Amino acid sequence: MAVDAGAQFHVLAVDDSLMDRKLIERLLKTSSYQVTTVDSGSKALEFLGLREDHSPDHHEMEVNLVITDYCMPGMTGYDLLKKIKESSSLKDIPVVIMSSENVPSRINRCLEEGAEEFFLKPVQLSDVKRLRPHLLKGKSKDQQLQEEGKEVDSNTNAIISTSNNNNKSKKRKAMDEEIAPVRTRLRFSTGSLTIV
Amino acid sequence: MKKSLFDQGYLDEQFYQLEELQDEVSPNFVEEVVTLFFRDSTRLVTNIDQALEKRPQDFRKLDACMHQLKVSASSIGAAKMKNECTSFKEFCGKESLEGCIRSFQKLKKEHSTLRTKLENYFQLLRQVGPVEKAVRSGK
Repeated sequence: MAVDAGAQFHVLAVDDSLMDRKLIERLLKTSSYQVTTVDSGSKALEFLGLREDHSPDHHEMEVNLVITDYCMPGMTGYDLLKKIKESSSLKDIPVVIMSSENVPSRINRCLEEGAEEFFLKPVQLSDVKRLRPHLLKGKSKDQQLQEEGKEVDSNTNAIISTSNNNNKSKKRKAMDEEIAPVRTRLRFSTGSLTIV
Repeated sequence: MKKSLFDQGYLDEQFYQLEELQDEVSPNFVEEVVTLFFRDSTRLVTNIDQALEKRPQDFRKLDACMHQLKVSASSIGAAKMKNECTSFKEFCGKESLEGCIRSFQKLKKEHSTLRTKLENYFQLLRQVGPVEKAVRSGK
């Protein structure tokens, strides 16, 4: 099978406005991301916390990026960002902030706290396209950790197994390549026969 | 009909962007978003109405409420509304109550005009949509 270059990334979108949640969800799904939406920072943390307890079998539910509104009642997007960056298990998850207000001091504060990007609402498809490098960076970082044999927590342990599988399949591929030409030839002849 | 909405300046490019996001998986996306918009905007308009009656005037609060409305309007491409919101905010900046009230009257009109036009637009889409529907309605 083809290599999963676009391997399903899972984005968690946080916004207290139903309309904005609907918009961001559609934008993300159109970009082929798996999306979960929640309406508050506390629900977001709950969701992220649950991911940690999941068994390796559920690694595909891992969150690869959090995109959150800044202005929310209770826990603001900034508060959520801080909590994620302060958590040893969640700090590597890229966080993007959305805001309807262009306040430079706010933007700087968020970026300094570790936000990858700051989008002004209304968020456009072109903004969502800017998420990809952050998501890819996250994935390759995990792979790097595995190659270095570093210890990772239970959440990303699952990724190790996936990665190992990939490595195994890569090896298999290398071997296959030697045999492949022969097979292909056979296939071709069979194919042509069938066509005729 | 859509063309006239654009020509008359009621809607802008953003509305096209929303329609681009609609597909077989989300066939009613635009109408759903527009419905949510009017739900939110009606609430905001009421809040602003009430805030305008307060004395003394809190222009910062008025500006903040209007900003929310402006961003929502931008999200669906409601151009005329967005422009009127900008006008209102300018009057807030100048602390002109009279200016704010005048602008708000215009805004409310734009708001209800847009609602009617979009309701008609979606109704029309439903009618010309699936052939079976047209046959069944027998209109």
